[in-house]
Amino acid sequence: MAVNTKVSLKKRESELAAIAKQMEVLNGEPFSDGELPTFANKIKETNQFPLRPKKLEILQVNVGYMCNQVCAHCHVDAGPDRKEIMTRETMSQILDVIKTTGAHTLDLTGGAPEMNPNFRWFVEQASAAGIQDFIVRSNLTIIRANPKYYDLPDFFKKHNIHVVSSMPHWTRGKTDKQRGDGVFDKSIKALQELNERGYGMPGSDLKLDLVYNPSGAFLPGDQASMEKDFKAALLEDFNIQFHNLFAITNLPISRFLDYLVASENYEDYMYALVEAYNPTAVQNVMCTNTISVSWDGWLYDCDFNQMLDLKVNHKIKHIKDYQEDLLLDRNIVISQHCYGCTAGAGSSCQGTVA
Amino acid sequence: MQKTYYDPKDLKKFGKISEWNEQLGEKFFDYYGKVFEEGALTAREKSLIALAVSHAVQCPYCIDAYTGDGLQRGITKEEMMEAVHVAGAIRGGATLVHGVQMMNKVNKLEM
Ligand code: SF4
Ligand code: SF4
Repeated sequence: MAVNTKVSLKKRESELAAIAKQMEVLNGEPFSDGELPTFANKIKETNQFPLRPKKLEILQVNVGYMCNQVCAHCHVDAGPDRKEIMTRETMSQILDVIKTTGAHTLDLTGGAPEMNPNFRWFVEQASAAGIQDFIVRSNLTIIRANPKYYDLPDFFKKHNIHVVSSMPHWTRGKTDKQRGDGVFDKSIKALQELNERGYGMPGSDLKLDLVYNPSGAFLPGDQASMEKDFKAALLEDFNIQFHNLFAITNLPISRFLDYLVASENYEDYMYALVEAYNPTAVQNVMCTNTISVSWDGWLYDCDFNQMLDLKVNHKIKHIKDYQEDLLLDRNIVISQHCYGCTAGAGSSCQGTVA
Repeated sequence: MQKTYYDPKDLKKFGKISEWNEQLGEKFFDYYGKVFEEGALTAREKSLIALAVSHAVQCPYCIDAYTGDGLQRGITKEEMMEAVHVAGAIRGGATLVHGVQMMNKVNKLEM
């Protein structure tokens, strides 16, 4: 089913751009009529309610919703028309937190994080603050989008940044359908440039991982076999290498939810998620070791809750008041979208969890 | 009364056939699971074979199931359509090869 992939839901003034409307869908049928159990009831079956954080390992910072792409499945509803961008002031508050946090990983996401005018400054400061694993979620095409970004691979290398990039398929057709015309060729070029710098090469410390998410209303296949197929195809066709493939389930929020509803796949998709529910995956869902910070400094259990504006259930709600030990004592805010994290082998920004 | 013979929701209830004969049901599903495991053929190859056979036996449940399975495995629509043509070719061939039998019979009966 064709979706208008040129602009964000917000710009389209779509009904589902309103978060309340998304929550209404998630709380409605087939959950409200008892056809399917709510996520809370489901995790109660195995005494995993309420969901609680364990140890904080990852600080995930969303530096803004602006993006050079408008992918059909985007859970951020990102695009060139989104103006929400993190200021240097908020970044400074985060840098203060980085100096004392127990988290070993700083995970920068967006939109296209590189489009934030303070991106490089922030990376340099955070790097100096001694983060061990520094992830940037780069959409690859940004590297080829404009000459001012051409040196990004060198910049990433200089700061030993772990690059995690989306690649929905090893064929042009499937990739461009999900992410837009021309995305495949630009992504291939960007991957080759990263490889040239040593990124993703066997044994290299410059880590390059790819993210696969299905281009439609179906769940991802087995991560290990998908990785094998991706590696073989990218090597044979384009001489490209990378380290790991993370197979991520699309969560039913934002543009993907809009697509599910418009294509009349919503109900079947929720059935598929619930059917694939794996109680073991619940223990390791992302929110148990992550805190997500929005462009304007609010705190969330994960990037998905951020998009649904479900702020942390704690009196500390903003980065300026951040106190890690206190924040760990909270119940995670959940809803039906959480089924996306517990289907099959589970799903997180680092791939499967079970 | 149900107005159609097939209901897509019934696919989800497939497992229920064990309720009326547990022993045979379980044996079947156990066998089924084993058949599709990675072996001398990859699970991906087996999925494409299953898709082709689904068309040959014209089972709408199987077609739904193995189309979804193929998408999950990253099988492209070009690969899927080629598999369906294999099924079509065999079915067509199976019909047409009997033409030889017809020819034999005609040749025998005609003066
Ligand atoms: S590249 Fe990422 S952030 Fe940008 S539109 Fe696509 S999915 Fe969304
Ligand atoms: S959607 Fe967020 S809150 Fe829900 S399980 Fe996944 S990571 Fe946790």
